[in-house]
Parts: sequence; C-alpha cells; structure tokens
Amino acid sequence: MTDNSWLEGALSQALTKPLTHLVNLEQPLDFNGYVRAGGYMGATKAIKEFTPKEVLAIVSDSGLKGRGGAGFPTGMKWSCVPALQEKPPQNLHAEQGNSYLICNGDEMEPGTFKDRYLLEGVPHQLIEAMIIASYTISANKAFIFLRGEYHVAARRLQKAIDEAYENNWLGAKIQGTDYQLDLYLHTSAGRYICGEETALISALEGKRANPRAKPPFPQVSGLFGKPTVVNNVETLSNLPHILKHGCEWFKGLSPNSDPGTKMYAACGQVKNPGLWELPMGVTIRELLYEHAGGMPDGLQLKGLLPGGASTDFLTPEHLDTPMDFDSIGKAGSRLGTGGLIVLGDKHCPVAMVLNLLSFFAQESCGWCTPCRDGTAWAVEILTRIEQGKGTAADLTQLDELCDFMWLGKTHCALAPGAVEPLKSAMRYFKTDFEQHIEQGCCTYKETNQNQLGRASNE
Amino acid sequence: MKNNNNDFSLNQRIPSMMLTDEEINFRQYLSSAEISAIEHEVAIMENREAAGIEALKVVQAHRGWISDDSLIAIGQCLNISSAQLEGVATFYNLIYRQPVGHYVIHLCDSISCHLTGYEEILHTIKAHLDIDYGQTTADGEFTLLSNACLGNCDKSPAMMINDKHYHSLTAESVIAIINGLSQYVEQEQ
Repeated sequence: MTDNSWLEGALSQALTKPLTHLVNLEQPLDFNGYVRAGGYMGATKAIKEFTPKEVLAIVSDSGLKGRGGAGFPTGMKWSCVPALQEKPPQNLHAEQGNSYLICNGDEMEPGTFKDRYLLEGVPHQLIEAMIIASYTISANKAFIFLRGEYHVAARRLQKAIDEAYENNWLGAKIQGTDYQLDLYLHTSAGRYICGEETALISALEGKRANPRAKPPFPQVSGLFGKPTVVNNVETLSNLPHILKHGCEWFKGLSPNSDPGTKMYAACGQVKNPGLWELPMGVTIRELLYEHAGGMPDGLQLKGLLPGGASTDFLTPEHLDTPMDFDSIGKAGSRLGTGGLIVLGDKHCPVAMVLNLLSFFAQESCGWCTPCRDGTAWAVEILTRIEQGKGTAADLTQLDELCDFMWLGKTHCALAPGAVEPLKSAMRYFKTDFEQHIEQGCCTYKETNQNQLGRASNE
Repeated sequence: MKNNNNDFSLNQRIPSMMLTDEEINFRQYLSSAEISAIEHEVAIMENREAAGIEALKVVQAHRGWISDDSLIAIGQCLNISSAQLEGVATFYNLIYRQPVGHYVIHLCDSISCHLTGYEEILHTIKAHLDIDYGQTTADGEFTLLSNACLGNCDKSPAMMINDKHYHSLTAESVIAIINGLSQYVEQEQ
C-alpha cells in the first residue's frame, strides 16, 4: 500500500509536474491507488462531457507538440484522420471511421530513458491517456508498442491493462457509454528503426520493419490500411492533465511559446545523471549545472548532444540556450528527446562520434543505399581516423557522405539523424579530427581518455 | 556494397542440414502450448502474418532459439513462407537464430555507456568468461552479445542478462553478478 505522506507529497506537485508527480518506480500505483490520486478524471471528462471533435479542439488549442523527437503538433497530427476532418471525405466508409491508436514505446534512442520512467513508474497514466486519444480519433483498438528489452515496464503495463479491463475502463461500453476500446501490449524484439512510425506499423503487421514512403500518411492509411495515429509515450501522458486542468493551465506551465513541461535528462560525463520534469524551455546551463550537478571533478565541458544521439552537437557557447523546440533549432540542433549526452574534455570526440555512427550503421534497416552504405562507410573512415591512420582525403569523404545521407536523399530520417552528430562534430571539433590525422594517433589516449590506460583494440 | 550486419549478433542463421517444408508438420513439431500461445496472438491481431514476431518469441521462450526447423513450422502455422518469416527473424536482435547459453548477456554498447566505462566492463567479461562477442562458454552457460542502448543511461554502464537489467556496473560487480548466476545454475542441476 502507498503511504499517505508519499501521496500527499506527490499531489502537492500535481499542477507543476503533471507527468511525473505520481511516478513511483519501486511500486507504481495500482488502479485504486491511481483513482484515489485523481486518476481517470481526464478520461471521464473526455468521454462523458465532450465529443471527439471537442477533445481534438482542446488538444489543438493546448499547443501540445509531440515529445518523440520531431515536435509535430499533436492536434494537427490527429486532425488528419479522415473522420476528424472539417469536411470528412464524401466516400468515407464506416470502415475508415474505425481507426487505430498506437503508443510508440519503442524507446531506443541512445541516451534516452524518459519513457521507461513513465511506463514503469505510472502505467495507469498511459492507459488513461490512450483512452482519451483513442476516443478522439474513433479507435476501438489500440496498441502499446513496447521495446523488447523493457521487461519491467511490460509486466507493469500488462497488470495495469488487466486492472483497467476489470474496472470497465477498457472493453465494451466503457463507464456506461457506448464507447468500446480494446488495448493490447505488443513487445518488440530489439531494433531501433521500429521507433520510426511507419516502420513501427510494418513491424506490428508482422513484416520486416522497413519504413514506408509518405504519403499516404498513417493517419489516412496506416495499420492494415486503416487510419492510424502513432504517438509517443510522453506526448500521450500529457492528455489526462490537459483534459483535467485545461489549456490555459497547460500553456502557463511554460514561460515561452512551447507549452507544457518536458522530461529533461542528462547522462554521460556529468556528476549526477538523471531525469527531471521541468517547465519547457529551461536553459542548457540550468539543466546541466543545477539539476545534473555539472561536470565531474577534473573535467571541463567539451560539447553535448541536446536530445539524443541523432541531434547536432552544441558547445559551451550555447549554454544559455533555452531547451525548447524553436530555440534549440535556432542554435543549430534539435530538442529531440530532451536528454543531454555530455562530453568532457578528456574523452576523444572522434571516438564518441565513431560510437554513435556504429550504432546507426548497425540499426540501419538496409532499405535505401545512402543509409545502408553511407553509415557503414562513415564507420570505416572514422575507425581509420580514430586509430591515427586517416588522411586529409578522409575528411573530404566524410563531408561528402554527410551530403549523400542528408534529408531528401534517404528513405527515412535515420541517416540524416546520423549525419547530425557527425557533421556538427566535424565543425566544432575540427582541430581534433585534424590532429588525429597529422599526428597519426589519438592524443586523448595518451592523456588517459578512459581511465583504463587501455586502447580500444576492437 | 557494404555489409551492415552486426558481426557480433546471433540473429543470422548458420547454414546447416535442415528439414524441408514437406518433412515438417507443424502440428507435430510445435507443442500444444506453443500453438495455443501463437493462436492467442493471431486472435488479437486478427491476422495470421501479423503474429509473426510474437510467434517467434513464443517458440524461442520454449526452445531457447529459433532453428531452421522451428522457422518452417512457425511459417506453416501462420500460413506464410519461411523465407518471409526469416526476413522478420533476422531483423531483430533478440531473436536468436543460433543456439545460445542458459544466460545471454546483452552488454549495452551505446553512447552513455561508452562515455562511462563500457570498455572496461567488456574486457572484464571477455577475460572472465574467456569468450568474445557472439560466443558461448564451453559449458553452455553464458553467451555474450552487444545491445543497443538499454535505456539505463542515468546508471551506466548497463547490461541485461535474460530479462533482468543490471546497472552502474564496475569490473568487480560484473564478476560478482556472473559468478552469482553460475552458482544458481549449479544449484538447479
């Protein structure tokens, strides 16, 4: 049982930390506990007081943007579902009115662990959120697409789903209304590309998970050819609170134009790695130095990725940039998933970029040539440079690869995501790349890059 | 053309003698428990093909890995070609197309672990078990594989052994964890 003092403390933060105030990683709230803490009030309001179009209007008005990395406005995404369009297509069959909601819980972006925290810590919040979203887009079937490695989350979500069925929050005639929703948990088997929404749909259909060409967009033709909305865990988790407390409250959470709170994180070479729900738009400085405790003793900040592996490096000169979609964009990177990956000055940036590119090369689905070949060649060239065997021509070649793999030349966003850290590293850490080539070795290794005194000989 | 396949993963099959489609009858090959678990997934998806990945996981949970014969049997059960199912099976890191040990160590090799001491953990495991990535110890207890980011970045370095995550690893703790599991296997036997 949850003790009352914990609950009191949690509830005192309900209006400032909506997403995480009920998170309990040791023992998440069960159905009754969640209801006692104010849970399912947002869903009650949605299905009893509003029509789907009214919920859509509320979510659009709140200004909620997708938290999976791209930052696309959620209301706009939903509004493309044929049944929700202002003038639904005349040939709209009943069939098309039946759509799917999929929660994207395939969190696998290196340096990102925010969704795991919500999935393990407050599973009922996601289920409530999915009821609201499914109701809005007229879905009678919804899936949670969870990455295969999140075993704890899988057990807790399945338990929460079972409890929701027992309490008439899932199944037929939900809470006495005519609305029906079935919710299933699908666990994947380990592949990064499944987080791309069209690849995720291919995966759920049992196909090799290659991304699909857009258009048609999933909202029109997605899972099994039906209208499908794919939303990230954190995005969805905002819904119960927006319904419960309203748009004005949601907008007021943030001091700038991007509303709401955001799950921010820091990992890598920082003193206190962790996760914090903060008003959207805290500066990198505040996140790194006040929340994450700054750099470990003896290290200076060299650079950081602001939102996962597929974002551009930023440097100490960007410390005062607010972490919101627009500001980080203007600084030349992307907010992505909002998790800082921090690099100190004693670790080789070339080795770091090599690690990142190795990930993308391994996880490329292989469908299009620029990505399949480009990422692998980048790894080969970076390996050469890191080992001190690179030439000046290699840098030109990497530049060209960055161009070949850029947006518009590939089937999906994986390769451009790989280019972002590579290209920005070559710009900000140019001297390091050149020194490797000129001196024929990695100077960081001699100054104990990895406390081991052991060179990588993989 | 570059080969992007991860050399360390076990999701690629090894060519071997295999039974043909005609020689396998999935109703005899798969247990009733396996078939009913697969049919449960088919009912959820309302589509036989869509249960492919779940079916592979069901059979792997019973048999430890997916042999060629298992692949053919599952294909029959789902009414899809084994070639199509192979395209799915080899796509995923957690589907093993080769035999694995009692414990499969998935060591996270992604960025946060890279920045916080992954190398030392890797060297320690390799030396302690005398195996490389993709190999299994002679006694069949441990297999070592790499894994993309496990989502424990605030407590790196991290690894997953079967379905349990371990984090904040040090050279000492990783040896203690492995030794603890070895003893557990001995007790079971």
